[in-house]
Amino acid sequence: MIKLKVNRKEYTVDINPETPLLWVLRENLGLTGTKFGCGMALCGACTVHLDGEAVRSCVTPVARAEGKEITTIEGLSLDSGHPLQQAWIAEDVPQCGYCMSGQIMSAAVLLRENPRPADADIDAAMAGNICRCGAYQRIRRAIHLAARIQGQGGGR
Amino acid sequence: MEKTDVSSQVLTQLAVKIMLVIAALCLGALAPSTWAADDRDDAGARAAFLKAYPVFMHPRCLNCHPAGDAPLQGDDSLPHAQNVQRGPEGRGRYALKCANCHQAANLPGENLPPGNPKWHMPPPGMRMVFQGKSPGDLCKQLKDPAQNGGMTLEELIDHVSHDKLVLWGWDPGNGRSKPPSHVEFVDHLRTWVKKGAACPE
Ligand code: FES
Ligand code: FES
Repeated sequence: MIKLKVNRKEYTVDINPETPLLWVLRENLGLTGTKFGCGMALCGACTVHLDGEAVRSCVTPVARAEGKEITTIEGLSLDSGHPLQQAWIAEDVPQCGYCMSGQIMSAAVLLRENPRPADADIDAAMAGNICRCGAYQRIRRAIHLAARIQGQGGGR
Repeated sequence: MEKTDVSSQVLTQLAVKIMLVIAALCLGALAPSTWAADDRDDAGARAAFLKAYPVFMHPRCLNCHPAGDAPLQGDDSLPHAQNVQRGPEGRGRYALKCANCHQAANLPGENLPPGNPKWHMPPPGMRMVFQGKSPGDLCKQLKDPAQNGGMTLEELIDHVSHDKLVLWGWDPGNGRSKPPSHVEFVDHLRTWVKKGAACPE
């Protein structure tokens, strides 16, 4: 049995401790906002937060997450009011949308650690999240907008 | 008479001992205590360092000691995909911190992130570059506490012998080549230090 805390809720799952966290989130807990892309830490689609850091859940054995705060896109805010979520809607960022929960989870770490990121900071934070639709310019714009929203105290 | 002779002998011996201690202290200030002055052999030291050098240049060791600010990867030492950077502490930046993917152990299978509890690269204030360094330049850097993380030569030997992240190089996980023998590497460096740690030209 493994005890997990996901989006401020406690769960107990009966699972092999080697199982990737992504599998547990999607298959056992039904949190399907986090996506599977490559399964090899290459694309970023599966990014979630483990104690606030942007880990790739496809290569994270669930045992590593025990006793830590896990946050998925479903738990980033209570009502999709995180500055990034507001900016993503305002800039109409997603194309197919498949990569976007990973993009937002990575960008959330960037904005927490650097509230006014320059383009180079965005490159440094986001180059590990691949978008097969090529929405990179809108992602960049939305991160700048989210920084402004956050700076004005907006967002929930 | 005899008594006086004995005490003068004792005094002479004492004086010699004191001089030896002073000499040892002076030498100690210049060089680590692992070698005595008469072990010094510059040609032997240089030769020993040259034998250890290929390990430093092996991708498992060099890839995290790059000349630039991106770690390298693979046996061809290409810049790490995903624009991974050294960051302010040698642990990556923002969403791309080393330990996000490089966990406590190697993941089984090829082309999956290797791991180690200490996974990181040198911080920007102490870059310890191996890439592109000639044997002479690398040797001088390794000897200089201002460039080697503040280590004495003895500490350096201890570091290459026991440090878990150093040892990872010889346990790199599936699909990665290993540097030449760790035992011989440490032996060569020990010899280099013992013979006075002279650097190749
Ligand atoms: S699915 Fe995890 S990084 Fe691609
Ligand atoms: S929006 Fe389609 S992959 Fe990014």
